[in-house]
Amino acid sequence: MTVTDHTQATADTAHSHGVIPDKSRADRIVSFDVDAFPVPTGREENWRFSPVRDLKTLFADEAAEGHLEWATSELPAGVTLTEVAADDAQARTVRAPGDRASAVAVKHAGGAMALTVAANTVVDEPITIDLTGVGGEVRGHLLVELGQSAEATVVIRRTGTAHYSELVSVDLQDNAGLNLVLLQQWDEDTIHAGEVVARLGRDSRLRGTVVTLGGKVVRLNTSAAFAGEGASVDLFGLYFADSGQHQEHQLFVDHAVPKCTSRVTYKGALAGKTAHSVWIGDVLIRAAAEGTDTYELNRNLVLTDGARADSVPNLEIETGEIEGAGHASATGRFDEEQMFYLRSRGISEDQARKLVVRGFFADLIHEIGVPAVEESLMRQIDLEIAHVEEELGDE
Amino acid sequence: MSTLEIRNLHVTVETPEGTKEILKGVDLTINSGETHAIMGPNGSGKSTLAYSIAGHPKYEITEGSVTLDGEDVLEMSVDERAKAGLFLAMQYPVEVPGVSVSNFLRTAKTAIDGEAPKLRTWVKDVKGAMENLRMDPSFGERGVNEGFSGGEKKRHEILQMELLQPKISILDETDSGLDVDALRIVSEGVNRAKDNTGLGVMLITHYTRILRYIKPDYVHVFVNGRVAEEGGPELAERLEAEGYDRYLADA
Ligand SMILES: Nc1ncnc2c1ncn2[C@@H]1O[C@H](COP(=O)(O)OP(=O)(O)O)[C@@H](O)[C@H]1O
Ligand SMILES: [Mg+2]
Repeated sequence: MTVTDHTQATADTAHSHGVIPDKSRADRIVSFDVDAFPVPTGREENWRFSPVRDLKTLFADEAAEGHLEWATSELPAGVTLTEVAADDAQARTVRAPGDRASAVAVKHAGGAMALTVAANTVVDEPITIDLTGVGGEVRGHLLVELGQSAEATVVIRRTGTAHYSELVSVDLQDNAGLNLVLLQQWDEDTIHAGEVVARLGRDSRLRGTVVTLGGKVVRLNTSAAFAGEGASVDLFGLYFADSGQHQEHQLFVDHAVPKCTSRVTYKGALAGKTAHSVWIGDVLIRAAAEGTDTYELNRNLVLTDGARADSVPNLEIETGEIEGAGHASATGRFDEEQMFYLRSRGISEDQARKLVVRGFFADLIHEIGVPAVEESLMRQIDLEIAHVEEELGDE
Repeated sequence: MSTLEIRNLHVTVETPEGTKEILKGVDLTINSGETHAIMGPNGSGKSTLAYSIAGHPKYEITEGSVTLDGEDVLEMSVDERAKAGLFLAMQYPVEVPGVSVSNFLRTAKTAIDGEAPKLRTWVKDVKGAMENLRMDPSFGERGVNEGFSGGEKKRHEILQMELLQPKISILDETDSGLDVDALRIVSEGVNRAKDNTGLGVMLITHYTRILRYIKPDYVHVFVNGRVAEEGGPELAERLEAEGYDRYLADA
């Protein structure tokens, strides 16, 4: 057994005035009742880094008229996409919402869309869903359900403009395998608060990748709970925040049963004076979860002055009988020695920066496992770096 | 035929205690085909000389000049210096995680030549150069200097030098920390480059051992930020016998 560290990391003190930390992550409430969650003020543990003012419309307990446009790749045999009425949608959601935005999303989504992969169906080609915002307030509720021993890759790509809140429920029956890729490539005025909640049955495998590049505010929280032994979850995240962007990713892995494995790997780059990223990684190993193996990592690369990355790993361990548990969090400035090394070989400054940033993300991108997505991401990252060059040029 | 000319070079760095002058008037001329050993005790300013010529931003030139074939090197950016034909094999090569050696080499070659190398010949050249330096082909897929041993880093520096074909190369303690086998392999690489391209070499070293494998034409003793004495290979033999104490006494 190796326990690297299980202290609660201290976050930036400037933001912790009046915050009452949870005693245990397990005590945090979940509910379908919007009123169970007061409108966030920014002082709550889970909202303390968030720009609650920008998110205001997503807290309002009222109907929303907007929608996202859906475009879905042809669905293979054994896969269905259906509309589900609100009552049924709620019953099929693996866990109740964990905050007000998520509860509002479920209440006002008018039912859910359910992507269902039948038991024993193995889908080779990625299933892609393109969601495009066309303005307005939008609430979304999505169910992704894999039957026993089903396997699939699902890529959900979000573009356009919206004030969007959502709950994505991921239900993996025993021995199912899902590779879920959520791409946030919104236009620059989009406000997005989302919650992904996953329940992993015995021996099931979830690979979840979150890529956040666009939007003004994106706050996307992922929770994974193990319901059966032998399951594993790999959660990857990649983000690139420019001036004016707030990108927040909170994670919660709940080891409630023995012999499960979790890996969390999030990496972000930040450029521009008001770029802000937040990463909070909570892992709870309950008393029953003997034989747990977990590791979480967050790394941030700060490219320019003024950008700010908050990173809070938190590992809570209630049993000594584990395989391994650790976390690492590092935020570093762009390395001038690396730049000098590359440039001393004739490589121009712009190109050297591109190499370093691409290198920083390279291992993560290769984990996505969908070649088309990987290639397009590399191009997107090049574009982000080109923005950095413009910003540096302006100074 | 190329000439690197260093005249009255004064260099300072910023330290917590204030500005500190490290180079105090260095004069040195290196022509193609010549090998100049720069020998001196630790802290005498050898790396500072190497970095200053390569253009590291930490070092400020306060006086003097550096020219390559009459062109003002100090006016050039770091990458322009490399394109002009200067190469620095670093004492402590830097890790660049996630950037593969093969991608790095191709990018550098393209930048130096101003055009992408012909794929077929390039692959062959890299393979051959790696074989000569006893580097496993799997090296190409590793991250630049990522997890390399000390010896691997130094061989990787020489690999770059052989492929990029500079006019003048500065080797900053390439020999330090190498066992004799690795030292021989690295030295062979330097000698190959000298034979093949008429490379001029500034061979910075703390020890005399490498001079058995790479024969210097000139030896410069470097003490306290300047050249304290110059001579032929026989000077190295004297240093081997007597060490640097004699110079440090009057410094
Ligand atoms: N970047 C730097 N910042 C502060 N001091 C430096 C820096 N680089 C070199 N020095 C100082 O300059 C002197 C010469 O260092 P260096 O050039 O590395 O010597 P050598 O390579 O001969 O061992 C030393 O006293 C060293 O501490
Ligand atoms: Mg040195």
